[in-house]
Amino acid sequence: MNRQLKFWQAIHEGTDMCMSKDENVHILGLGVPDPKGVFGTTAGLQEKYGPDRVADIPASENGMTGIAIGSALMGMRPILVHQRLDFALLSIEQIVNQAAKWHYMFASQMRVPLVIRMLLGRGWGQGPQHSQSLHSWFAHIPGLRVVMPATPYDAKGLLIASIEDDNPVIFLEHRWLYNITGSVPEELYRVPIGEARVLREGKDLTLVSLSYMTLEALRAAEALAEIGVEVEVVDLRSVRPWDSRLVCESVRKTRRLLVLDMSWKTAGFGAEVVAFVSEQLWGVLQSPPRRLAFPECPVPTSSALAKHFYPRAIDVAEAVSEMLNVDSALPLLNESTDQLLDIPDPSFTGPF
Amino acid sequence: MEKAINTEINSQLKLNLHRQMLRIRMLDEKIVDLYAEQEMRCPVHLSIGQEAPPVGVCAHLCPDDYVMSAHRAHGHYLAKGGNLKAMVAELYGKASGCTSGIGGSMHLLDLEAGFLGAVPIIGSTIPISVGAAWGAVLRHESRVVVSFFGEAAVEEGVFHEAINFASVKKLPVIFVCENNLYSVYSPLPVRRAEGHEVVEVARGHGVSAWQADGNDVVAVYSLAKEAIARARAGMGPSFLELMTYRWREHCGPNYDNDIGYRTSAEFEEWKKNCPILRIEDSLREDGALTEELKLQVQTELQTEINEAFQSAKEAPFPEANKLMENVYAS
Repeated sequence: MNRQLKFWQAIHEGTDMCMSKDENVHILGLGVPDPKGVFGTTAGLQEKYGPDRVADIPASENGMTGIAIGSALMGMRPILVHQRLDFALLSIEQIVNQAAKWHYMFASQMRVPLVIRMLLGRGWGQGPQHSQSLHSWFAHIPGLRVVMPATPYDAKGLLIASIEDDNPVIFLEHRWLYNITGSVPEELYRVPIGEARVLREGKDLTLVSLSYMTLEALRAAEALAEIGVEVEVVDLRSVRPWDSRLVCESVRKTRRLLVLDMSWKTAGFGAEVVAFVSEQLWGVLQSPPRRLAFPECPVPTSSALAKHFYPRAIDVAEAVSEMLNVDSALPLLNESTDQLLDIPDPSFTGPF
Repeated sequence: MEKAINTEINSQLKLNLHRQMLRIRMLDEKIVDLYAEQEMRCPVHLSIGQEAPPVGVCAHLCPDDYVMSAHRAHGHYLAKGGNLKAMVAELYGKASGCTSGIGGSMHLLDLEAGFLGAVPIIGSTIPISVGAAWGAVLRHESRVVVSFFGEAAVEEGVFHEAINFASVKKLPVIFVCENNLYSVYSPLPVRRAEGHEVVEVARGHGVSAWQADGNDVVAVYSLAKEAIARARAGMGPSFLELMTYRWREHCGPNYDNDIGYRTSAEFEEWKKNCPILRIEDSLREDGALTEELKLQVQTELQTEINEAFQSAKEAPFPEANKLMENVYAS
């Protein structure tokens, strides 16, 4: 299991394998067959499977979501792709009123096996309308499943599980994860929806994170280990359903909880995790559970401002230190690399 | 009930169309009679006055073809062959309802009959209908899909998105717009510029479109025959704008011609234009409808309808443990 793939390649491979295995799987989305191939994730698929199964679409997010639902009702398994979650907001009615509810409303007679991939933007001046992650909105809706892989392994496994799931699944992919590399098995495998994973064991505090923030959590955990603080990093992977059992098991051990959210704090997903753990483990917690999230403003475009917006590993490590009453001598994280703060990695030169 | 698929327009056909329209009318009239008992505890948007479009169009469809609708779906559901007993049980919120009491009047379904669903968000089933047609094409299944909606749905952005895609892909969809002049209480002039006709909007999307008297079931039948044949032949979508009129209030069993948004005089004109009276006149001219035959048809239909209501009243409600069932498909 040593083959290394990038996150975008893992998505590509998962898609290709599912399309090869099941002729009902088809992809639609703005720019799906174009030369960029949605940052490589759909590259070459139209040549392989044809324009019916890999379809470009008009700029009609709302209509096309309804159309994908109709196709799913017929027994097809559509994958609808949005290059930014922000564009999908035009289709909230079809997602929330229709896709999420048809199985319940029609007493199990209809099913909507639809996957909606949405990319979460960040950096390079994406700004207020190309950077939102509204996973807490989708996580709120009975009938939807919502997943947010943070590793190439999880990206492929969760995508396959999502495509095979007979329910509508919102598949959220962070743009800054696209070029990270990880071990990805060659075969077809699934990561079960609703299961979190402990990425790093620790006894001092449970650090719950998701999507891109998991990388920051791991960086923070490494730096904290240098000063003798062992945090347990739990990557949620799914937000509806979310693995409350695993998180509680971890907090029973560490007795402290810090949740890293990837959107605004007020009514964000962190609130759900903190509320649940507080209800279950009130007597066990040694200190109040905390959340680290985005400031209550839209994302600014200028990199000079955007750098104040996103919590980084150093902010995570500082929060942990505060919670544990530890002097935060964290030399490894004294970053002065301002110029890197609005790009995911040095190879990124924009624009989208 | 026998389907009159592609039959020539003779008395036999007209009797069939008459019977189907009368069935819808009588069922909705029974709802009017009993609604005050407060046992049908959901909003009802009645089809009284608008029986001709569903019957004239669905006459050309078989169970493999699909129909979708919106809040005013009783006529479409029944004309497509939806189970009458199951529909009434659904209005009563019973477990034997067509959606087990979960959907009510505003979310009807009968898959066996090819009634693919109705929801009360204006315009929402239009793209779903287009998607069903696309899915059928991708699966090499030969079906047509009919999407029924009111003229206000043409004001929704999603209508334009859906019809555009149907036009691009030449999908076998028939868009049937029942223009009944009012969107709840709002008349056409506040919603549509003068001279800007619904049928022209469809043409603007590259779709063949026709306008007809929606209370002339034979005219609807003829137009639908053409549109459906085109779809089956792979010639793409069509749009029908059928002018009609809703008799009762937008939602509920009563008349509301006295509250100010429309006049009794206007209603009375349209009442004379009743689709059922008109087909009866035509049948009498043919010599095919005697008072005796009419009474026989009415009696048979009333028996069927009464039995459905009696059965619905006696049927059990869903159990409490049904609340959490089917949130997810397994």
